[in-house]
Amino acid sequence: MKYLFKPFKVKMQMNKLPLIIKREYLAKVRNKSFVIMTFLSPILMVGMVVLIAYLTKINDNEKRIIGVFNESNYFSNDFNTTESTSYVQFKNITLQAAKDSTAKVGYYGLLHIPDETELEKVAKHSYFYTKEAPSTMVVDKLEDIFQDRLRERRLQELGVSTKEYASMDTKYEINTETFEGQQNLKGINEIKAIIGGGFGYLIMMFIIIYGGFVMRSVIEEKTSRIIEVIISSVKPFQLMMGKIIGTSLAGVTQFAIWIVSATLLLFVAFSFFDIDPAALNGGAEITSGITGSMESPVPSPNETMQAYAQELYKIPWFMLICFFLIYFILGYLIYSSIYAAIGAAVDNETDTQQFIFPIILPLMLAIYVGFFSVFSNPHGPIAVGFSLFPLTSPIVMLMRLPGGIGEGGVPIWEVVTSILLLVITFIGIVWLAAKIYRVGILMYGKKPSYKELYKWIKY
Amino acid sequence: MNNILVTKEVTKQFGEHTVLNKVSLEIPKNSIYGLLGPNGAGKTTLIRIINQITYPDMGEVYFDGELLKPHHIAMIGYLPEERGLYKSMKVGEQVLYLAQLKGLSKSEAKKRLQYWFQKFEIGDWWNKKVQELSKGMAQKIQFIVTILHEPKLLIFDEPFSGFDPINANIIKDEILNLKENGTSIIFSTHRMESVEELCEYIALIHQSEKILDGKLSDIKKAYKNNMFKVGLEVENAEGLLRELKDKFNLTSSHINPLDNQLDFTVQLPTNDSGAMLAFLANRANVNEFVERIPSANEIFIQTVQSKDANE
Repeated sequence: MKYLFKPFKVKMQMNKLPLIIKREYLAKVRNKSFVIMTFLSPILMVGMVVLIAYLTKINDNEKRIIGVFNESNYFSNDFNTTESTSYVQFKNITLQAAKDSTAKVGYYGLLHIPDETELEKVAKHSYFYTKEAPSTMVVDKLEDIFQDRLRERRLQELGVSTKEYASMDTKYEINTETFEGQQNLKGINEIKAIIGGGFGYLIMMFIIIYGGFVMRSVIEEKTSRIIEVIISSVKPFQLMMGKIIGTSLAGVTQFAIWIVSATLLLFVAFSFFDIDPAALNGGAEITSGITGSMESPVPSPNETMQAYAQELYKIPWFMLICFFLIYFILGYLIYSSIYAAIGAAVDNETDTQQFIFPIILPLMLAIYVGFFSVFSNPHGPIAVGFSLFPLTSPIVMLMRLPGGIGEGGVPIWEVVTSILLLVITFIGIVWLAAKIYRVGILMYGKKPSYKELYKWIKY
Repeated sequence: MNNILVTKEVTKQFGEHTVLNKVSLEIPKNSIYGLLGPNGAGKTTLIRIINQITYPDMGEVYFDGELLKPHHIAMIGYLPEERGLYKSMKVGEQVLYLAQLKGLSKSEAKKRLQYWFQKFEIGDWWNKKVQELSKGMAQKIQFIVTILHEPKLLIFDEPFSGFDPINANIIKDEILNLKENGTSIIFSTHRMESVEELCEYIALIHQSEKILDGKLSDIKKAYKNNMFKVGLEVENAEGLLRELKDKFNLTSSHINPLDNQLDFTVQLPTNDSGAMLAFLANRANVNEFVERIPSANEIFIQTVQSKDANE
């Protein structure tokens, strides 16, 4: 009798999880706000960039008029009208009158250069009067003019011509190479960390957004009171996992749409700005570019760009994407099951705040530690520690990984340990979350404390 | 096996609090079994154990002679007290989903749903969203979902709450119909009127313990206390009342002088009403003489109160 029913049982449980995943996926994907977000976000993003560029341009276009009341014998030819600033000379009036008329006609400010015998004294006693505290851009510009004059004068005193001085002004950058003879580009580590940081940031955003969706979906089942109907047919654990997986698939769909549309937009942008993406891949050309740069002390910007592009091209993208997926899946499963447990513990979204903060904390910590510590020292003790700690490792480890695995990169044992720890934590957290979830979904009417959640685990 | 469901000393604790204390029940096949008790007595927990939503700390549950196992879920239909539907999901899709979760194939579920939607005359709801339905309409859908997979055992927790009287009657008839067709039904409620109408067996749960169970008619017999309600037509009502009060233990009386009507209730020492009738026969016109059978409600209150008084 016992074994008669066994095949039936197996069949039933196999069939239910896909059903739940399908429902959760469709419920999410058909949601109007989801559809709008998916298709509107790329447009919004592009719109934002355009808007910011436009606003910056407007801001720069503001033309300032500055009154110059020059009583000295210096600076007679220095205040030349530029695109953004024009200068109006005052002559033969008192300082007060100059100030008054500047304010009256609405000029940006008045620069007063007093009559002194020496340039140093003139500079020392010059004042810039404005209605409000002046913009640093304007002040910088004025200071530059004074500095140039002062330097020129000192050079004259030392008997150095301006031309000789200009030839002294050489920049130097040390060439770096790894022991294997690979040429390093300055700042490439930072760029790599930023790429890793991008992945890490993506994981954090995904966890916060889709974890929130999972949580709201659980709360919805509680408030609509359908939960008991469903868990009389399936195990709460199945429902929880189905919900997490279904929601994340919806998220992956959204990201896929974003990536496709971003690629399309980029392609449009490339053809618009006449950049040849194929040039980034031509290895031979770039090598010659680098040797060429050895001859002239300062490589042309284009050649440097090519070198960086080549370096970026050398980043093990395939490995990186594989690890991104591993860390992403494990990290997301850990956090979203906590989100599900929170959703189960409360009756409405306003009660979730006290529980959400401790979840967001390690995520934020990971991002900040990543940006501050991993950038400066990708293999320092803090970077290593946080890339092993399971709640932060998905983000921090991904910031370290673009440097490669093995020699010169992240030691293999660290990667293996962090993944192992993640898997163990994943099992533990899902187990705990499932327990809270199982009890919480049937509790109504009160906001639980941490103490009560602990009790639920023991039920 | 004549019992569809047997619980043996089922005990459940939440922390320090005992929710069920050694509750043993035998629920016969093809009957309507009333699970009664005040709010918070432990009824819902017991039902959740039967549905394998929670598990007992001690004790066993047998379904149709076998130890209760996950595969039995497909043979049980449960309409919880706290019930609802996905608000933003279409009715048709939703019932199909819930039916599939109970193990029905999609095509079979569709076929059966057509029958029920026709029967309840709600065929045009299929593409409506649940949030467009009234509460009563949603309840009908939930009822269909509960019975669609033709379970051997149906569990209704307060099934009539939220129904208007007309729809409540439709559902009541359906429940009786299901019983006729061989389904066993557990009916949990604290509303006694529906118990009288539907239940053959009852169990009374109070403060985590079963304090009474059995056939409703047997329980009633056991609980009747030889109270009789009598209505007389008599010339000298007051005189007769005095005589009666001397001879019998009258618990209440009422005289209506306009039509010489005397009504009273009397407590007799035994169930033998012969002496009383003989006494009345020569003195008055007996219009009404009935034994007062206690209602389920009275039994419920009496049992609960005497239990509380003993503690």
